[in-house]
Amino acid sequence: MAEFTMPALGADMTEGTLLEWLVHPGDRVARGDIVAVVDTAKAAIEVECFETGTVERLLVEPGATVPVGAAMAVIDTVKSAPEPAPGLAPEPARAGGPGATPLVRHLAEDSGVDLAAVHGTGPGGRITRADVVAAVPGKWTGKRQVAPRRPATGAQALPSGSRVRATPLARRVAAEAGLDLATVTGTGTDGAVRVSDVRAVIGTASPPTPPPTPPAPSPESAQTRAAADRQQAMRRAVGDLMARSKREIPHYYLSTTVGLSPAIDWLRARNRQLPVSKRLVPAALLLKAAALAAREVPQLNGFWTDGGFVRAPAVHLGVAVALRGGGLVAPAIHDAADLSPAELMARLRDLVTRARAGRLRGSETTDPTITVTSLGDQGVEAVFGVIYPPQVALVGLGRVVERPWAVDGMLGVRPVVTATLSADHRASDGATGARYLAALDRLLQKPEEL
Amino acid sequence: MTGAKAAREPTYRDALREALREALAADERVFLMGEDVGRYGGAFGVSLGLLDEFGPDRVRDTPLSESAFVGAGVGAAIAGLRPIVEVMTVNFSLLALDQILNNAATLLHMSGGQVAVPLVIRMTTGAGRQLAAQHSHSLEGWYAHIPGIRVLAPATLDDARYMLAPALADPDPVVIFEHGSLYNVTGTPDPGAAPVDLDSAAVRRAGSDVTLITHGGSLGKALEAAERLATDSIEAEVVDLRTLRPLDDATALASVARTHRAVVIDEGWRTAGLSAEVAARIAEQGFYDLDAPVERVCGAEVPVPYARQLEEAALPQVAGIVAAARRAVG
Repeated sequence: MAEFTMPALGADMTEGTLLEWLVHPGDRVARGDIVAVVDTAKAAIEVECFETGTVERLLVEPGATVPVGAAMAVIDTVKSAPEPAPGLAPEPARAGGPGATPLVRHLAEDSGVDLAAVHGTGPGGRITRADVVAAVPGKWTGKRQVAPRRPATGAQALPSGSRVRATPLARRVAAEAGLDLATVTGTGTDGAVRVSDVRAVIGTASPPTPPPTPPAPSPESAQTRAAADRQQAMRRAVGDLMARSKREIPHYYLSTTVGLSPAIDWLRARNRQLPVSKRLVPAALLLKAAALAAREVPQLNGFWTDGGFVRAPAVHLGVAVALRGGGLVAPAIHDAADLSPAELMARLRDLVTRARAGRLRGSETTDPTITVTSLGDQGVEAVFGVIYPPQVALVGLGRVVERPWAVDGMLGVRPVVTATLSADHRASDGATGARYLAALDRLLQKPEEL
Repeated sequence: MTGAKAAREPTYRDALREALREALAADERVFLMGEDVGRYGGAFGVSLGLLDEFGPDRVRDTPLSESAFVGAGVGAAIAGLRPIVEVMTVNFSLLALDQILNNAATLLHMSGGQVAVPLVIRMTTGAGRQLAAQHSHSLEGWYAHIPGIRVLAPATLDDARYMLAPALADPDPVVIFEHGSLYNVTGTPDPGAAPVDLDSAAVRRAGSDVTLITHGGSLGKALEAAERLATDSIEAEVVDLRTLRPLDDATALASVARTHRAVVIDEGWRTAGLSAEVAARIAEQGFYDLDAPVERVCGAEVPVPYARQLEEAALPQVAGIVAAARRAVG
């Protein structure tokens, strides 16, 4: 028996509001499955489960605000079959097919998404719920209400004979919420759907703030007010965290200019052989180099907690993403140092899309071990950032610009980028920081090895 | 024995007697008649002492013929008196059913509104006292079936005390069912009690998880079941129907709208019984509020047995009510 608890989705988070359960009692969950959507001051975040087992009970109703660490569900880990060893195909039932949990596969079926065509971004390439959601063309509304399996020709979507067993009240509440009863797991007699099952899915009300993705026209007043509230809350959350950072962390700053001729030349040559969709941008190389450098200089990759530095075992590269309408999140690209630049780029694109859609996952927001902020696309040449507590370093990347640049005594016009490092002086000294920037520089001179 | 007890703590029986005394004293058109109501003091001791107090004109013993003395009551009511007729048990009242259904309930309609029958009929109902089948049935549902009469089931001391006056004031025939197991129940009368509103059911206990709907002799069992459920964190609301015709379904439905689950408890038989009527109304009017099938806890469909264990087995009991409520709550 294990508890699923309200995660701390950031150092500044003390409590969260459950928006939605994505599982029901009786559902099988595996480590990494997304089980709930939690609203923090910053965004609605999809939270993963850290246990493998069967959901026994949901302890918290959607809409409830609970402190970090409070139990939200009970997961029976005993009933569960052993999880396939990491590295193996996660779904033996579909030999050769893409890996996905039953929940995700169910969602894909309902959404009319062919799993074979979906690129998995989960651990071991597993297809996650978010991947399926992303693959549904413009249909996602943030609810479990999914697109019909086929274009609706009549009112009856379900074939006759497959009527869902549900109580009248459950039916009424589901209808009012626009929820398809077929997506609800019943806990009543003979699996009848009861109102509590419906409420578990839809929450007591619709989520307090609509995810910003669908730019669909909607009744303005309420929505804009909610958006304004969210922006205010976001501003406050960012403000609190940054104030804490500046108050508690003695920052030191280093800056260096890195020549990018080899990297850009290599990129150009490589891109020429690739279709447009597969081409890389310099950011992919920069991120990869930043991650590898962090692995080389582990004193900057980790957390300052309880008065000491704790080194992180892997590099989960946080990427600062500016949100539309203001605000900032810095979700992690897991194991960034192990990804190829192409993979990194795909991840980055996915992450930015989801961050702006307000559908980040819990581990993505809690995991970053070192963060990169890049304001290059805004035209600035250098950014000296504020460290994200409890991390101890932040890498700033400016715009790639052409400058007169001397190499081996020869002056030429070459692309360069200004890389900066803001680091926690409690955890490291300038010399360590300098080693990091030096490593970054060196790595970028051999792009083919990235 | 009864008198000694009454001196200390009043019983349901005392409450009924007090109501009769008050009615006889208040209006000289009122008189009580029935088998043994005078010299014997009533088969269940309800009218004990009233003969001495009001004399043989007001408290009249009748021959052993239900049809005759209920018919006489109908005639007296038509003639302008306010008779209270005691029929010993509901089983015997079937002998007078012709008078009750064909005359009392019907005359106002058949006379084009000219002939009202302001008659009150009291009778004992229910089992639980080892009196065997011919003295133990619960036929309230049969009477509640009849348009033109009002059917009351006082389940508490206060209802026993304060239902008679409004019943006498009603221009239509009123049948009052006194559950035999209640006569010896003691209680503290509510000092602020007033004449009962005969049109509304009463919520005897508030709760949020399941509604127990009952009346008369089963009210105590329902309340006890609610207490047991409460130890399980199931809060049961208990609705006492109180008036079985016209049925106050609004109160019951409002409760079901809050709790979304209903258990109907009726000592009568299940088939075509009062519980069927209540359950049907919940389905008709409260369908979209239901989160579980309506449960019924009823008497077994047998003549009520004499042997104690068999009689207990044939009647709704607390354990059965608790089990039904648990099923409903799920």
